[in-house]
Amino acid sequence: MNFYGLVDGSEASLKNYLKTLSGVDQVGANARAAMLSTRSIKTSSKRWAIDTAISMVDLTTLEGADTVGKVEAICTKAVRPDPTDSSVPSVGAICVYNDMVAVARKHLDLIGGKHVPVAAVSTAFPSGRASIEVKVLDTQDAIDAGASEIDMVIDRGAFLEGRLIDVFNEIVTIRQVCGDKAHLKVIFETGELVTYDNVRKASFLAMAAGADFIKTSTGKVAPAATAPVVLVMLEAVRDFYEMTQKRIGVKPAGGIRNTKDAIKQLVLVKEVAGEEWLNSKLFRIGASALLNDLLMQRMKMDNGYYASPTYVSVD
Amino acid sequence: MIFEYAPAPESRAITTIKPKYGHFIGGKFVAGSKHFATINPATEEVLSQIALAGKAEVDAAVKAARKAYTSTWSKTSGKERGKYLFRIARFLQERAREFAVLETLDNGKPIRESRDSDIPLAAAHFFYHAGWADKLEYAGLGSSPKPLGVAGQIIPWNFPLLMLAWKVAPALATGNTVVLKPAESTSLTALLFAEVCQQAELPAGVVNIVTGDGSTGALIVNHPGIDKIAFTGSTEVGKIIARSVAPTKKSVTLELGGKGANIVFEDAAIDETVEGIIDGIFFNQGHVCCAGSRLLLQENIAEEVLHKLKKRMEKIRVGDPLDKNTDVGAINSKEQLAKIVELAKVGDAEGGQRWSPASELPKKGYWFAPTIFTGVTSAHRIAREEIFGPVLSVLTFRTPQEAIEKANNTPFGLSAGIWGEKGSRTLWAAQQLRAGVIWSNSFNKFDPTSPFGGYKESGWGREGGRHGLAAYLKGVTGE
Repeated sequence: MNFYGLVDGSEASLKNYLKTLSGVDQVGANARAAMLSTRSIKTSSKRWAIDTAISMVDLTTLEGADTVGKVEAICTKAVRPDPTDSSVPSVGAICVYNDMVAVARKHLDLIGGKHVPVAAVSTAFPSGRASIEVKVLDTQDAIDAGASEIDMVIDRGAFLEGRLIDVFNEIVTIRQVCGDKAHLKVIFETGELVTYDNVRKASFLAMAAGADFIKTSTGKVAPAATAPVVLVMLEAVRDFYEMTQKRIGVKPAGGIRNTKDAIKQLVLVKEVAGEEWLNSKLFRIGASALLNDLLMQRMKMDNGYYASPTYVSVD
Repeated sequence: MIFEYAPAPESRAITTIKPKYGHFIGGKFVAGSKHFATINPATEEVLSQIALAGKAEVDAAVKAARKAYTSTWSKTSGKERGKYLFRIARFLQERAREFAVLETLDNGKPIRESRDSDIPLAAAHFFYHAGWADKLEYAGLGSSPKPLGVAGQIIPWNFPLLMLAWKVAPALATGNTVVLKPAESTSLTALLFAEVCQQAELPAGVVNIVTGDGSTGALIVNHPGIDKIAFTGSTEVGKIIARSVAPTKKSVTLELGGKGANIVFEDAAIDETVEGIIDGIFFNQGHVCCAGSRLLLQENIAEEVLHKLKKRMEKIRVGDPLDKNTDVGAINSKEQLAKIVELAKVGDAEGGQRWSPASELPKKGYWFAPTIFTGVTSAHRIAREEIFGPVLSVLTFRTPQEAIEKANNTPFGLSAGIWGEKGSRTLWAAQQLRAGVIWSNSFNKFDPTSPFGGYKESGWGREGGRHGLAAYLKGVTGE
């Protein structure tokens, strides 16, 4: 592997590569994100943003209480989010635990949802506290069950200890397991990395190691996908593209619950990374409750009034 | 573009602009004799007719201010004065949207700035000074500080209401009465502020507002009944004022021009620095006396910063100031636009490389695209003269010492910015820079608690903070 010619696989080369990164000023990043959140998205642009956001949702259920019934229900919703309106696009993917991958894949195929990919959370999600052997098996298991997207977590302990090469090697290993069968999303759990400098460093590390997507959070730790964190990651993919001509995707997950928040994310994408990222191949939103709010806002735009929540399906 | 923002204009319905205005003297609106038009610079639409105050009106205003000072305001306790200031602050907040829309219509600045910056800061100045009114004895400015009397205040067009607040709030808090003249092209929010004074039941004559042009300003400056002149505007006019008041007993504070250096060291956080450069020069169309109009880049990162700056500039939204998504609005007047155009031509002629993002400017109104000049040296006119528009001159340096030398190589000394992650160097640089306001890893941040003012030809005295109170009290200097 040549890691885009940025790293040769040695610890020294990784350190040198990450040393070239400029820092992130926390106050400035917060201010920029706050300014962009004042953008006012109305009428036709709002309509476009809602549909685009729906197509970017990774509809997620990651509960100990998940059952076959629950997973099949969200699969049905993923294919046709609004059963009364076929113009609503399908969501970006279904995101489930490993053991539900086969259930989801089978049900999606059955109901005409072959186009909806199944993403599995892997590598001892959400904590990442397991041996690399277990993580490899975990990933292989998900791919064998039909997952075409793998959402892996990084070893935050190793990252914070400064063992960046271990974090790097783990991503490289999982990347190899994924091969050409699965897309790899690398989750940082930014709520545990805490600083924007760490987020930027983790972003460049993961991209060089072969991530197709970089993802903020597991959804199990708060804060998750805050606007400044997403801003820093979008700057990272933009800069990485300039270095390598390769576009890496971004997936905020956790805490994006309503249409307003989702539209703010799209504004960030447009004004920071650029419009090339405004599609579900390069931007996803990990969420569960968000989808219903998007559907309700869509109905409101069509009908001119807010419908009762009973007009959208419960998950 | 696939995600084009639909127009999101703020409604004008909240404001009522009268076809004609008079002056506010002795607590009442009085009709003017001569009038001139005030226009919306974004559309050239005539908004209203503004009265031009001559000798009679200025005399009446000074007389009303003197009467209010001797009979009422000098006898009003600090606690009571504070209550009036608190009331004014709250009315400004209550009517914030109305002020913001009116400011944007008359000035051309984006509604995002008038809404999120000008008006909240104006209210904050009144709140802050309301708190000082009954605590002046404890400000470290003497055990029994006394007001000066009647203050004549002349303010510019770039932040009309905010500059009014900077002037009126400390003057009233310290027990002075005022005669204020807003800038010729932006009188409307000052006249709306006069309504707020009535609403707050401020005693008649404590605040008097006369409108007019430079001739009205000269009448105020030379009026024998005035004890203090506070002026914000160009260095050229500031010098005339300084000459006029030199043989008199009048106190003076001047807040004048600038050519702020924004210094970027090699270890700066680049993306946030780029934002700071944008804020420094394109905030309020560059109509900012403390604008970071000279960008000093360390040579080894100049190319990267410029590349990112240009990419970022391509995202700047220039257009209808009332649109909530507009970043850069209209140039305030035809005259100012002509000045910017002329200096930009000088930049071309001197061999600077001009660059602007591709964008379509509105056909009507006064517009100038955000512009940078690279290849500029300290010997270029565009590196020395204040352009007061959205035009950035980019210079480079090799060592920190050279950066300081270049930054200080100007007759001005209002503001500077330092970008870098090394705290020790930032503190060192701040000590070397001859500028009144120095920002570290930020730019154009304002707060009423922080004194503002310049070195050298950028002015005399300070406004804001504890230091700003001194400018309105007897026996203490503003420096």
